Amino acid sequence: MKILVCISHVPDTTSKINFTNGDSEFDTNGVQFVINPNDEFGLTRAIWFKEQQGASVTVVNVGGADAEATLRKALAIGADEAIRINANPSDGMFVAKQLAAVVKNGGYDLVIAGKESLDYNGGMVPGMLAGLIGCNFVNACVGIDVNGNDAKVTREIDGGKEIISTSLPLIVGGQKGIVEEKDLRIPNMRGIMMARTKVLTIVEPTGDAVATKAIKFEKPAAKSTVKLINADNLDELISLLHNEAKVI
Amino acid sequence: MSILIYAESADGKIKKVALELASYAKKVAASMGTSVTAVTINNSDDSALAAYGVDKVLKVSNDKLNNFSAKAYSDVIVQAAKKEGAQIVLVSSSTDSLYLAPLVAVALEAGYASNVVELPISTSPFQVKRTAFSNKAFNFTEISTPIKVLGIAKNSFGLIEHSASLNEEIFAPALNDADFGVKVESVEKVSGKVTIADAEIVVSAGRGMKGPENWGMIEELASVLGAATACSKPVSDIGWRPHSEHVGQTGKPVASNLYIAIGISGAIQHIAGINSSKVKVVINTDPEAPFFKVADYGVVGDAFTIVPQLIEKLKAFKASNS
Repeated sequence: MKILVCISHVPDTTSKINFTNGDSEFDTNGVQFVINPNDEFGLTRAIWFKEQQGASVTVVNVGGADAEATLRKALAIGADEAIRINANPSDGMFVAKQLAAVVKNGGYDLVIAGKESLDYNGGMVPGMLAGLIGCNFVNACVGIDVNGNDAKVTREIDGGKEIISTSLPLIVGGQKGIVEEKDLRIPNMRGIMMARTKVLTIVEPTGDAVATKAIKFEKPAAKSTVKLINADNLDELISLLHNEAKVI
Repeated sequence: MSILIYAESADGKIKKVALELASYAKKVAASMGTSVTAVTINNSDDSALAAYGVDKVLKVSNDKLNNFSAKAYSDVIVQAAKKEGAQIVLVSSSTDSLYLAPLVAVALEAGYASNVVELPISTSPFQVKRTAFSNKAFNFTEISTPIKVLGIAKNSFGLIEHSASLNEEIFAPALNDADFGVKVESVEKVSGKVTIADAEIVVSAGRGMKGPENWGMIEELASVLGAATACSKPVSDIGWRPHSEHVGQTGKPVASNLYIAIGISGAIQHIAGINSSKVKVVINTDPEAPFFKVADYGVVGDAFTIVPQLIEKLKAFKASNS
């Protein structure tokens, strides 16, 4: 089985979010970048397939040279090779088209992409990729097993889950649950050394048409200070929630 | 020319998120001088849509669509959009709509903006405001394609009544085998419990509860308020509560009217996930807990004495207000 894992290079979840250049760009100053958490869960499952079922794992990113450190981390965790499409990932449709070209050329059986990235939160790339390729697609995937050409996938739904049967080639939008937090791997020294010699191919993008563009960013307005209620006076809390906030 | 909404339903009734979409669509349609069409799938009673400004319903009835299939449902929406000449297609932020929206966008060669929180800033050029960076910021996005797909963030717009005379039309789009390559074998759903996605009120608890055996009072508080229960990441990681209750940046987002955080310190990732909630209450022993900086109301004290009292007082309040 040939697996492709799509990796976004995103600010660490603890990052303070600021903007620069007239609020038109994310301020990367002092920000640590990581593998997008939803992608890392999928990558970890892909490595499991490699170890248990002899799959090969390629990781791909659409981004600049700064994203290579993130791809190297994915290689150190156990991916076999990496591809970087040398373009700014500003628009979901553009990114999906770049990935579709890689999928078509590479003949992958399974593509795993995080259901959304934690920077733009567009939540569209896996679905658009599936739409462009025209293959089976399951989003919000919290479990996947593959047996030959058949796949059993668990999808999270509002208030529960669905057990799904489908077949390869398949694209899934991954999230926590596809593996658990405790299954995530920290690269060891041997992995890091081996990652240095693994192949990282740089590919130029095809086309430059975008459907959307980010014009500017804004931070939420500062919050007014909290109203403290004495623990002995919970009637006041109930009254405030009823009369002032009007939520109960 | 029109605006198309995908109106989700459950148990034969139109869902509230669909009425929010209708309210949003009517406002946009009025500013653009056009009308609102809804497409419904296997729903018996669509009349609720008339009260929120929908002019026309395309009713789809097909046994093949009894189970959700993103591909098949997106095909239905795409064919409805083409038939109506829709310039804008609106979907909600439900799990199902988030699943099908990118497929609709590709088929219509449309730009798609998700998590939209306000009416368009401008319709020419077409610009919307959406959340980004996991609710730590807003992003203004311009969509340049002739057709636009918008995902409206839950609980961001509200309901605006606008009665219209509803024109219902039977619609039978063509479906093919490729639409059903993904088959639902079984559905596991907790019945009789409010889901985080649908909840107006969410009661959430963290490590301050000291152990899973103490969740009885959290469940009871939720039950008194008709709320969903949720938890912080550490609590789900150590297995005190199921992952499906984990809310935060890598868990589920919450956009309820009221969010009550009990024994949750308020890590930046947790706050990001729940920040779209309208009113936030924190109950914590530590007055320095970061959650107090983002909450509207706070009580400093021990959950083990406060929560049982709150339950009793709320029961009395509910009894006197019903």
